[in-house]
Amino acid sequence: MAVMNLISAVNHTLDLELGRDESVVVFGEDVGLEGGVFRATVGLQQKYGEKRVFDTPLAESAIIGTAVGMAINGLRPVAEIQFSGFIYPAYNQIISHVARMRNRTRGRLSLPMVIRMPHGGGIKALEHHSESLDTLLGHIPGLKVVTPSTPYDAKGLLLSAIRDEDPVIFLEPSKIYRAFRQEVPEEDYTIPIGKAKVLREGTDVTVVSWGAYVHEVLKAAELLAEEGISAEVIDLRTISPIDRDAILESVKKTGRFVAVHEAAKSFGPGAELIALVNEGAFLYLEAPPARIAGFDVTIPIPRGEHHYFLDAQRMAYGIRKVANY
Amino acid sequence: MLVEQYGPLHGNMFQIMDENGIILRPDLVPELSDQEWLELYKVMVKTRCADDNALKLQRQGRMLTYAPNTGQEAAQVGSAAAMAEKDWLVPAFRELGAWLLRGVDLEKVYLYWYGNEFGSQFPEHVRVLPIAVPIASQLQHAVGIAMASNIKGEKDVTVAYVGDGGTSTGDFNEALNFAGVFNAPVVFIIQNNQYAISVARQKQTRAETLVQKAVAAGIPGILADGNDLMAMYAATKEAVERARSGGGPTLIEAYTYRLGAHTTSDDPTKYRQDEEVEQWQVKDPIRRMKAYLTKRGVWSEGDDLSLIEQYSQEALEVFRKVEASGETRLEDIFHYHFQETPAHLTEQYEEYVQYLKEVE
Repeated sequence: MAVMNLISAVNHTLDLELGRDESVVVFGEDVGLEGGVFRATVGLQQKYGEKRVFDTPLAESAIIGTAVGMAINGLRPVAEIQFSGFIYPAYNQIISHVARMRNRTRGRLSLPMVIRMPHGGGIKALEHHSESLDTLLGHIPGLKVVTPSTPYDAKGLLLSAIRDEDPVIFLEPSKIYRAFRQEVPEEDYTIPIGKAKVLREGTDVTVVSWGAYVHEVLKAAELLAEEGISAEVIDLRTISPIDRDAILESVKKTGRFVAVHEAAKSFGPGAELIALVNEGAFLYLEAPPARIAGFDVTIPIPRGEHHYFLDAQRMAYGIRKVANY
Repeated sequence: MLVEQYGPLHGNMFQIMDENGIILRPDLVPELSDQEWLELYKVMVKTRCADDNALKLQRQGRMLTYAPNTGQEAAQVGSAAAMAEKDWLVPAFRELGAWLLRGVDLEKVYLYWYGNEFGSQFPEHVRVLPIAVPIASQLQHAVGIAMASNIKGEKDVTVAYVGDGGTSTGDFNEALNFAGVFNAPVVFIIQNNQYAISVARQKQTRAETLVQKAVAAGIPGILADGNDLMAMYAATKEAVERARSGGGPTLIEAYTYRLGAHTTSDDPTKYRQDEEVEQWQVKDPIRRMKAYLTKRGVWSEGDDLSLIEQYSQEALEVFRKVEASGETRLEDIFHYHFQETPAHLTEQYEEYVQYLKEVE
């Protein structure tokens, strides 16, 4: 078994799938020769040629728009958007076509395509390089939105995404691209889209998070454990559709619920999660459910980002309030 | 090559037939038989009849919003006729003549405008994309389809349509640029009908012609008389053959005119003069082709009247069938978002079914 970090797991997975299925093509800005600004596609053009792994002109709308055409004409495009904050010019394609083509044609045209992108912040990057699009993508009917928190999950979820008959947005938490390494099997395996994972069992409070934040939440749970608070930590893994059963089952056990996310608080995924907890487990609740989330502000550039992005201590502070309510 | 004689920077428009059906360039008349021209003419007439019928029904309150094609039949039919059987057609939303020629049933078209998604569910063998309402976004799909043909080593060509207003968008320019970079086998047809709803062509761009936009993308282009069936066929044929033989994309500006409204929701008398419309009525693409075919002795006024009657009757019958289809079934609005419908959608569906039961 090989040891990989998240970015090398992405690279390994793309390699695996390019090798297995010749309808898979990988492209985007700086994806070919350079191998991606984060090196997600390094070596792939050399191995599979310019026809299947290629650089595109700098135009996000056309990257996604041409992916739609390729998917219609029998390919499985895996398009890279260089940073999640660059995706806005492609929103028309995503909302108006990617998410709708199957329904629009009553099943005649499906779009087996993946849109990958580095996602989230906390890496002291330039403006527009730290965006959290959970809400802006999760709200669109017809899309699946997936985000891994480990190298192992990155491989299993990305393979599921590429093999899905419908479009999948694959958000890669750039903060943990190289944060740690993990054993990842070289062979083929998939992780189902739409299934959350309990990372830590607990009895007092259910905490749901995803992406890079999962690791801070786990640290927060450690801190709280020292105080005698037992937090159950769930990695959502798929932002849309949400694994409602996993969350409700946990909340029915703990009676308390906290959602933790990078995206701005108002209208954010935490609101959706709390709504589903209220709808499905209201009578089990022993405390008002809470969100620990980004402020409703423009994400600050590097010197201010530590105010915006949460660390384990701030998460523990919020979770503690709910646990002690 | 036509693109050399009528390229973007020449400023002259490619014409084979004048507005009276007189052949101006016998040397450039494509090698189709009289019978083949007559068949294309019939598709133009069928398009016009379907249009007239839809407008009539719309005024009766039986059809919803409809985008008429009247005046643009040659731009549509002439271009689509130059395609091979397996080529892809990527429409905007005003290409009825092209759809009919490429095997889309009028019933599907009417069903779409009647307000049912099944109107965009074409049979497997029909390589026609659904109507794309967001302007020019479909051009990128066309380029992607064409890039996929290249990647797979297939020889199919993609023909895509956009209006004059669409050439002002970023997507239009991105599509031309991608097509050039990837040498995509795609032909872009601008149906320049002189208006984007109410905004005149001159207000879209300071460029003298729209086809000039090919120059910046480094691809060939040609300005053609969009009301001349033969010119549209010849221009597209050359572009399609170039694309198929590895020569990459071409931009064609079909210079035409929308004789009717943008859709049934606007009143063109508010934004243009009657005299202008009258000038263009003289250039009617059907009128001139009819004159040509009559002169060739393969068509007559009598033939024409009975054909119009037949097509009008057929169009009405097709619409009656569509009208009888009624409303969209509830499960259909949920069922087609994903290959497998996720639990939350099923639940929303079931809740509504329950509601319907309870209020029954």
